[in-house]
Amino acid sequence: MADEEYEEVLSDKQKIEIAKWFLTNSPPGEIQYVAKDVRSVLMNEALYNTACVEAFPVLITTFGELNKNEYLDPRTAQVAIVDHVKQVCTEVRHATDEELPSPYIEEFRCALDAEIVKYVGEAYPKGICSVYCTNGKDVEEPGFDFEFVMLISAARHSPQNFCNGSWRSIWKIEFKDDLQIIELRGTLQVGAHYFEEGNVQLDANHECKDSTMLQSPEDCAVSIANIIRHHETEYLASLETSYLNLPDTTFKDLRRKLPVTRTLFPWHNTLQISLNRDITKEIGTGK
Amino acid sequence: MEAAMGLMRRIHPKHTETALSALLSLLPHHSSDLLSQLDQPLQVLCDMDIGKEFILCEYNRDADSYRSPWSNKYHPPLEDGQLPSPELRKLEIEANDVFEIYRDQYYEGGISSVYMWEDENEGFVACFLIKKGKAFKSSESIFVTNYAVTLNDCVCGEDGSKSGQGRRGYLEEGSWDAIHVIQVGPEEEGIAHYCLTSTVMLSLTTHDESSGTFSLSGSIRRQMNMDLAVVEGHLCNMGRMIEEMESKLRNSLDQVYFGKTREMVCTLRPPAEVAQLRLPDS
Repeated sequence: MADEEYEEVLSDKQKIEIAKWFLTNSPPGEIQYVAKDVRSVLMNEALYNTACVEAFPVLITTFGELNKNEYLDPRTAQVAIVDHVKQVCTEVRHATDEELPSPYIEEFRCALDAEIVKYVGEAYPKGICSVYCTNGKDVEEPGFDFEFVMLISAARHSPQNFCNGSWRSIWKIEFKDDLQIIELRGTLQVGAHYFEEGNVQLDANHECKDSTMLQSPEDCAVSIANIIRHHETEYLASLETSYLNLPDTTFKDLRRKLPVTRTLFPWHNTLQISLNRDITKEIGTGK
Repeated sequence: MEAAMGLMRRIHPKHTETALSALLSLLPHHSSDLLSQLDQPLQVLCDMDIGKEFILCEYNRDADSYRSPWSNKYHPPLEDGQLPSPELRKLEIEANDVFEIYRDQYYEGGISSVYMWEDENEGFVACFLIKKGKAFKSSESIFVTNYAVTLNDCVCGEDGSKSGQGRRGYLEEGSWDAIHVIQVGPEEEGIAHYCLTSTVMLSLTTHDESSGTFSLSGSIRRQMNMDLAVVEGHLCNMGRMIEEMESKLRNSLDQVYFGKTREMVCTLRPPAEVAQLRLPDS
């Protein structure tokens, strides 16, 4: 698959594009193998690193933080060195064995990663995701607990339309060996900002829980992805419901569209006004 | 100043107060500009003499005291505080009474206040304010004096909507602050020019076991100019303009602004057509 050869001399840019193409088109779950091969074929560390970073934007998150400026991308086993102030990745290097999980753990992580990549590809037009082992990464065999954190992030910036938005899911996945179950806890956060001649922000978040049986890495991955898909789809539906309820219930509690009389206020008719006031007082303001 | 305004525009509405305090301390010489140009949630004081609350704004402030529209007195007391002319005060009293009923019919609660004062052009300016929902604690604000109290502390509050809890039970927390400033020009041949600038600040939050926290907040400002016959009186004209404007703003917020955020959510994650469940191989 990676055996094509070219006669002409390619520019660096073209080489990077080719490398990226291989990386982004590799079958889910095989990325690390493809990456290794691409690296050999390219025969140029710097180009390879650039291609990796461009092909898979690295999620900068505390879960992947090795130390202040270094962030691990488990999928490609790369570490990105970041300049926070300039918001740029200055360097990329291969992760050391100590920084990566054991092969036993990696089996689970990789299977889950593959399933999640598929899910995110279907559900989020511009989503990126990552699975990190946050506990027990050196576990070598069954009999011990371990923990993953799965992140999904999707953002849209449209300043010319005066609109920005972001979706973030953080799923904590605990593999409990003694009970042979997997417990999931998700935190979903959605934000949107519209600011054309005004300024309105949406801020929504939701927490959910679920569990499933601990099985083979592949079966676990499928189970977990299904659970996540189910909860996130449900959450989206409930957001829609909240929006639908807005005009008639939530908003109405704040300010009605029209008074109870269903007519505009009788500004010109002071007699009517004082009648209204007397009636309201008699009813005891109805509260 | 531009940078300060830019910052305020980006900050989430729920952090407005903190951000404003911070900017005021960084740029003390720009404080009056900042305060007049930025939208801040309305604060409230209790007029102990009358037993009613009134809303605070730049238009009823003199030094560090605020004039109550009910008693026409400054709190804390101020010698030689600015007062409207007796004629204007009459109109102001009527406006407060009528606006109170208007407010009750649309908001079913809340507080309202109207302030008027003469301007240099032989006309006058009127400010109509409505506050529904949570009041802000005074300790965090810079421009309100020590005498400001929260709605909870005020013994005389007669409106039942202290926390903006909806009677229908859907709204968990919410607030609507409206500021309508109308410049009324001198009457010429039975017609006067009215220039209305309205600002609405709004926030809605619902909490639910099954759907978590959902919170929308924001502000918009619009202007409306009209030339109207004064035959039915200024109050009638001003009232109608305000009513029309509030409806427009409410609809705009609901459909356009909230609608856009909803659109964005659907762009981030389009609703799934069918949830494809894959069963694990047994």
